[in-house]
Amino acid sequence: MIKAILIFNNHGKPRLIRFYQYFAEDMQQQIIRETFHLVSKRDDNVCNFLEGGSLIGGSDYKLIYRHYATLYFVFCVDSSESELGILDLIQVTFSLLQVFVETLDKCFENVCELDLIFHMDKVHYILQEVVMGGMVLETNMNEIVAQVEVQKPHGEGGLSAAPARAVSAVKNMNLPEIPRNINIGDINIKVPSLSPF
Amino acid sequence: MSDVVEKTLTALPSLLSLDSQPGSAKLSSTSKLGNLIRGITELTSKHEEEKLIQRELTSIKDQVSSPNTSMRQMKELMVRAIYCEMLGYEASFSYIHAIKLAQQGSVLDKRVGYLAVSLFLNESHELLLLLVNTVLKDLQSTNLIEVCMALTVVSQMFPKDMIPAILPLVEDKLNHPKEIIRRKAVLALYKFYLIAPNQVQHIHNKFRKALCDKDPGVMTASLHIYLQLIKENSEGYKDLTASFVTILKQVVGGKLPMDFNYHSVPAPWLQIQLLRILSLLGKNDQSTSEIMYEVLDESLRRAEMNHNITYAILYECVKCIYTIQPKSELLEKAAKCIGNFVLSPKINLKYLGLKALTYVVQQDPKLALQHQMTIIECLDHPDLIIKRETLELLFRITNGQNVTVIVEKMLDFLRISKDDYTTIDLVGKVAELAEKYAPDNEWFIETMNTVFSLGGDMMQPDIPNSFLKLLSEGFDSDEEDRKLRLFAVDSYVSLLQSEPNKLPQRFLQVISWVLGEYSHLSAELEPATVMTLLSKLLDLKHTSSETKSWVLMAMTKLCEGGVAISVAQDIYETHSSSMDTVLRQRAQELQHLSQDSELRGRVLPRDAGLMPLEVDSSLSFLDGFVSEALAAGAAPYKPPHQRQEELAQAKALSLEPYSLSLPISMSSCSIADRQSPTLMSMSSGLSGDSTDLSHKGGSTTLKLDGVKRVWGREGYLAQREPVEETAQVEVPSPLRSPSQQAEADSTQSQTPTPTVTPELEQDKQQLASSLFVGLGSQSSVCLMGKSDPTPQRFRRKAQGRASSSGASEKTPTSLGSTPSPVDNLLCNSLLDSNLVSEPTNQTPQASQSLDTTNGNCHEELTDVKENNPSLIHNNEEPDKPKDLCLSSHLPTELSGLSHSEITPLCSNQSVNLSACHVQKEDSLQLVIFIFNSSDSALQQMQLQVDSGELKLSLITDSPVEEVRSHSVAVCHYSVTVKRPSVHVEVLGMLSYQLPGGTPQTIQFSHKLPLTTFIRPLTLSTEEYGSMWLAFSQDTKQNLTLINDDQDPLTTTLNVLKKKLQLHVVEIIGVEGIVACQLVQDQPCLMHCRVHAGTLAVWLRSPVPDLPDCLLYHCQRALQEH
Repeated sequence: MIKAILIFNNHGKPRLIRFYQYFAEDMQQQIIRETFHLVSKRDDNVCNFLEGGSLIGGSDYKLIYRHYATLYFVFCVDSSESELGILDLIQVTFSLLQVFVETLDKCFENVCELDLIFHMDKVHYILQEVVMGGMVLETNMNEIVAQVEVQKPHGEGGLSAAPARAVSAVKNMNLPEIPRNINIGDINIKVPSLSPF
Repeated sequence: MSDVVEKTLTALPSLLSLDSQPGSAKLSSTSKLGNLIRGITELTSKHEEEKLIQRELTSIKDQVSSPNTSMRQMKELMVRAIYCEMLGYEASFSYIHAIKLAQQGSVLDKRVGYLAVSLFLNESHELLLLLVNTVLKDLQSTNLIEVCMALTVVSQMFPKDMIPAILPLVEDKLNHPKEIIRRKAVLALYKFYLIAPNQVQHIHNKFRKALCDKDPGVMTASLHIYLQLIKENSEGYKDLTASFVTILKQVVGGKLPMDFNYHSVPAPWLQIQLLRILSLLGKNDQSTSEIMYEVLDESLRRAEMNHNITYAILYECVKCIYTIQPKSELLEKAAKCIGNFVLSPKINLKYLGLKALTYVVQQDPKLALQHQMTIIECLDHPDLIIKRETLELLFRITNGQNVTVIVEKMLDFLRISKDDYTTIDLVGKVAELAEKYAPDNEWFIETMNTVFSLGGDMMQPDIPNSFLKLLSEGFDSDEEDRKLRLFAVDSYVSLLQSEPNKLPQRFLQVISWVLGEYSHLSAELEPATVMTLLSKLLDLKHTSSETKSWVLMAMTKLCEGGVAISVAQDIYETHSSSMDTVLRQRAQELQHLSQDSELRGRVLPRDAGLMPLEVDSSLSFLDGFVSEALAAGAAPYKPPHQRQEELAQAKALSLEPYSLSLPISMSSCSIADRQSPTLMSMSSGLSGDSTDLSHKGGSTTLKLDGVKRVWGREGYLAQREPVEETAQVEVPSPLRSPSQQAEADSTQSQTPTPTVTPELEQDKQQLASSLFVGLGSQSSVCLMGKSDPTPQRFRRKAQGRASSSGASEKTPTSLGSTPSPVDNLLCNSLLDSNLVSEPTNQTPQASQSLDTTNGNCHEELTDVKENNPSLIHNNEEPDKPKDLCLSSHLPTELSGLSHSEITPLCSNQSVNLSACHVQKEDSLQLVIFIFNSSDSALQQMQLQVDSGELKLSLITDSPVEEVRSHSVAVCHYSVTVKRPSVHVEVLGMLSYQLPGGTPQTIQFSHKLPLTTFIRPLTLSTEEYGSMWLAFSQDTKQNLTLINDDQDPLTTTLNVLKKKLQLHVVEIIGVEGIVACQLVQDQPCLMHCRVHAGTLAVWLRSPVPDLPDCLLYHCQRALQEH
């Protein structure tokens, strides 16, 4: 399970924090500080895993992070997550941000810090599609793009008035070339007789 | 990454054109949030920031409460409030407005509202109640987005007691036509399962449906649930193995749509999840493992591309292969994979390689040998994390021969490590190794000195405790003991003479204790000298008052002879007026005992550490005092447990049926478990340190005890070789001759790294040979069971007295800690008194029903057997005929009663263990049969059974020690429940010895359903009423009614009565009250009401968890009906 996602800049200023396990407000700030302290000390050529931040929890917890230009993306996870898997998930999240956060000069080279803070709510929405309640919900970028797009404002009240229209609009985007609703009849999962628990 | 980004980027123009507000980006930068952010970035000091944010918050506060604020403005305000909260400034005034926004606005407003709510509130926040209705409404909405938002917020923060309100709606969503909704619903249910497993256990069938969902995304989501379920109980899901394998096969084979590819790897995260599930399923199960060999091979083969994510899959594959029952070809491939990881220049892969190696080395130490040069390079790696991982690996391969080198490496690391967590962890490991493998006294004491000075005051308190225990209990030879103690004393004296101010407090405490106890062993050391050295400690600035009291204690033991007494006198004068009461008391003791040497001899006898300390745990010597106080009108003592209960009772009268009982019960537990009040009062100085350390306790030690040796050079070894701790004592140590060793060394170092200069190379080779010595093929066999080629030096004496469990709490004898069974004692008697109304004589009807349930059990167990062919598979001999003869061995007092099916527990070539149980009114009788199937007698047999939840007491007069060939021994236990749980488990271990053979052990576990412990509780309605109010633990839930045409309530209750042996007290209209008890004397009351076609039940009991567990069994009973 993912316990927290922290994004902060090179100076330790939080840019986005999302906890999936409850910590009191001051504890959260302490965790951010400690995590920054741990992560910022590390060179760029060392491994991206860190064990044992004493605050979030002892041996079972791990920090997995990536450093992009001015930003640190840190995922605090327990042992049930795959290290490399999460590392790539950060990559996915970052690419998503690159896609979504429109920079002023329409340049998609890098998500710069300011973009993140100006669009904090949007970043949260994207994150909600990737991770739900601490579990990885979706890793397929096209799918996430579609989901967030559905929720985008289309003029005032347009969506709430006609959700069906919005959905079909997304369907009509030439996003994935392959139809989404695949009949996977060939995955013949045998359902064994359902014996009671 | 690039291809994905590219792909998405191509889709971007169409996305952007959909955005009907092209100026939105610009807008945000000129918005108020933009201004705020810009303002903050321009500031230079924390103080200015604080001022600015406070100003901002005031302005937000004014605006949110103004009636003229539009929804749009409100949204903007919320985002600003979120921003302030993120920076750590509280904006609690906005919480209620966030909830309002989620309630009222359009979809877009709601979205901001929900986001704010999920960031602001937590599961125990009281405002959350206001959200329930909104969530209910949105879950029923036709707007997909609203449903999604509701599901997200539910999975983020809904607490246990709110789940029933929304559960049916979330359940419905599993059938929603849109896959995203189904997927989110599955994850929400998974979250519910984590919080309150009993409440969702009736939808396990639906989880299966989700697993078979036509959308791969939904299926993926359901794997979260299955991973968890299988982690908890792998036996129950073996039947799904084939399905998981099929899914993985198809995923690996590229049957999923391209959409799911990530860097042209098909659904990697899905593969990882499946591999984890498979490894859990295949663990210790040959037949299940066989199903997955093929797909694992396929996975390994397919994952041969060079991308991060394929390595992630490979890593899981390797772990899986080493977890399940081994197959040699796969092992070979996996070993090669690990090699690739370890040798990889990519640092992340190296890290994982080391991790994998650490995992594997317990089963296959040869692999560590193969990579020894790489391991040595990693030891000098600039990345501390890699270094630490390497040390972890070395820790696992430590033996008597390489211990000095490895410990030296660890200490080197400790000296440079700045991280508290690492220090605590590593210090524990060094201490463990030192105790286990120390080659001689000097090394041991010196290593421990370094441990104490490096570990400082952060280390776990059990390290100094067990060190002192080791010193005081001694080993097999008195002479050795004396030498060790003497060496410790000498080393400490010289430490104190040099620079005591640099030593950490804990070390000073250890030093003063040792000097107090053992400095008399040294002939040339005058007590006065030691006293003077110690008294210097008292004058140091940094010495804590806890340490001071240790020092004073040590002095009290030492003050002998004129000079010493005058030193004591001085000390007394300075400390008798100390502000600290503990110190004052110690000073007084010192004063009095130094004057009266005869009294001192009696109070503090020399070598007292060897004598068991008798403690009157019931504090009976205080009885007189207590009765006097009571006579004088003092209120009788109530244990915290009872106080809480009374508090809860007061609450029950305050007409708040839904008040949370959970926190109360939790706090009561924690108080009851900890120290007794006397200990608390006397350790005022102690408490600061001990409480903050207590939670760090006990995770560092390597748990290898239960690790079976199933791996060898040829792959899997049949479970013939015994692995046990007692064995290592008797096994003659196969010490290798030097020549052999050299030979092994030369073969070991065949993997040179060409880039290194010759001398460096030589150094490393040398290091390698010293590190990996003892890991050669021969001794690796011993290594497996951690039975060492060199006998362990500091082997604890066999201890008759109960000290090991209390070790971590133990303070040196003279400080006199008071154990805490007092609380338990009082609790028990309290329970007894609560149960005055309980019948002493069971009605004949009751005992009849007991017999019928025994019969039921019988059926249930046969079912289990049929469902579990593997169980019978493994036991090659047919069990059936033995069953018959076993039952004739039942103890005579049980022979008349009907017993459950005799289930096999475990067996090997010489012993078969099986068990059955008989339900009696006041307890459950558990009978374990030990059948000796070998041709010779079993000797020195010892059967140990234990359970966290149960209390087992042996009924058989004397424990059986010998079983003749082909005969049966019977152990008969009476079992009652200590702590309720849905299934309770008995863990056991049988150790025995065949004539002329080495000792062997065999382990087993036996599950018993809680229902076997439930008995009817006969009471009148009035008694029921008064008990109801007295109980503090409660649970509510709706159950399905059994609907036949007549009277659903009566029918349902009768089913429960029959299946669970509940006593139906009375049925009035649509309400019914039912009572039962858990043996022994743990009542549980149930109130049922028919409401809207379901049965609303409310359970109460004084015992924590009992209502939850009983509810679970009620649900099951009704489902099975």
